[in-house]
Amino acid sequence: MDCRQAAARADAFVDGELDPAERAAMAAHLLGCAACRGQVEERRELAAALSAGATYHRAPEGLAERIGAALDAAPAFAPGRAQRWRPAALAASLALVAALSSFATLRLAVPDPGDALLDDMVAGHVRALMADHLTDVASSDQHTVKPWFNGKLNLSPPVKDLTTSGFPLVGGRLDYVAGRPAAALVYRHRQHVINLFVAPDDARAAATPAASARQGYNVLHWSDGGLGYWAVSDLGAADLAQFQSLMRETR
Amino acid sequence: MTDIERKARFERVALPQLDAAFNLARWLTGNDRDAEDVVQEAYLRAFRYFDGYRGGDGRSWMLSIVRRTAFTWLERNRRPGTVPFEEFDASEMPAADGGSAPPDDPEQSAIRSADRRRLGELIAALPAQFRDVLVLRELEDMPYRDIATVCGIPVGTVMSRLARARAMLRQAWIRPQRKGLSHGL
Ligand SMILES: [Zn+2]
Repeated sequence: MDCRQAAARADAFVDGELDPAERAAMAAHLLGCAACRGQVEERRELAAALSAGATYHRAPEGLAERIGAALDAAPAFAPGRAQRWRPAALAASLALVAALSSFATLRLAVPDPGDALLDDMVAGHVRALMADHLTDVASSDQHTVKPWFNGKLNLSPPVKDLTTSGFPLVGGRLDYVAGRPAAALVYRHRQHVINLFVAPDDARAAATPAASARQGYNVLHWSDGGLGYWAVSDLGAADLAQFQSLMRETR
Repeated sequence: MTDIERKARFERVALPQLDAAFNLARWLTGNDRDAEDVVQEAYLRAFRYFDGYRGGDGRSWMLSIVRRTAFTWLERNRRPGTVPFEEFDASEMPAADGGSAPPDDPEQSAIRSADRRRLGELIAALPAQFRDVLVLRELEDMPYRDIATVCGIPVGTVMSRLARARAMLRQAWIRPQRKGLSHGL
């Protein structure tokens, strides 16, 4: 092992992450090389300083209780097709988040609550596509999708059949928006997916604009009968507006 | 499984990770209040996806959700002027311009005499994608493999990010120290 190779392995050596053969080769090199010994020693000192000097922030008093209470308030939820915890899928969505984040730095507006709500919905839309988890209940039948939400949410989202107008129903899923559960109804138009989020029409909901675009997605918002609606899609604005008017008109 | 059983099972897996969850969120968000919001949201999400948890290391599972939630938070609360990871240049840290101190002279060892508070400031100045790896390794004492799982990156990337994070810390630390020595401050 030469000095260049030793330098590349210094961190892993200090962390005890080298396999036995490499560890032995490294130790042999260090015996005969003061410069590399110094490199390793410097890393040990930094590690010691970090463990002694960097604060470990323990959870504050009462946080466990507050979480317990929040869990009690969360709806019972047992998806038929449970989403597996897959590191590979996580990596894929992380790559996307990274791609989106450089895009988002161009946006200089100070975030407001309505903004955060929109961000959550766009994120929910992207996550559902990335994780291949569009629906908890997959059905084109409104009479199957609507009752599925019973007991899972404090609201009953109207589920409409727009198949004849070119917007077939794909299904529904439970999502979280701004830390609260919301219904997500999934429609399709040609090859495009539309996520229609339905949540209580509160002040935060009212703060979102009627039409906006972010990260390449169009978002249309409207209120009806005490419920807030947000349609999120990569569909063009005109097609999404057609979906909106169909949703509002069809009884 | 009843709802009560499900919640109890979730709490057995997730609540022992609460300190680790808060510590990670606190180092990523930079303040207690936001860290608490992130942790609460992460636990709600984890509870929602608990049926997808198939056993294994509960700490890695929980921390991966906390990390993702924290990064979503960072994204949403990014202020104008914040440097995104891709454009981050170690020279923007208050970094050393010279080489490292002669390591075999204990009197010259900058790290040994460094100020603890400054250490915290320097960690906070690291880009988030270096900070998470560093905190998981140095404060949580996690093996590279688990860090890779939490961060959704290959083990090789864990190694290189960790090495870069530490190099930035060593450099940032040594410069003011050496200045102090050479100017008698
Ligand atoms: Zn050497």
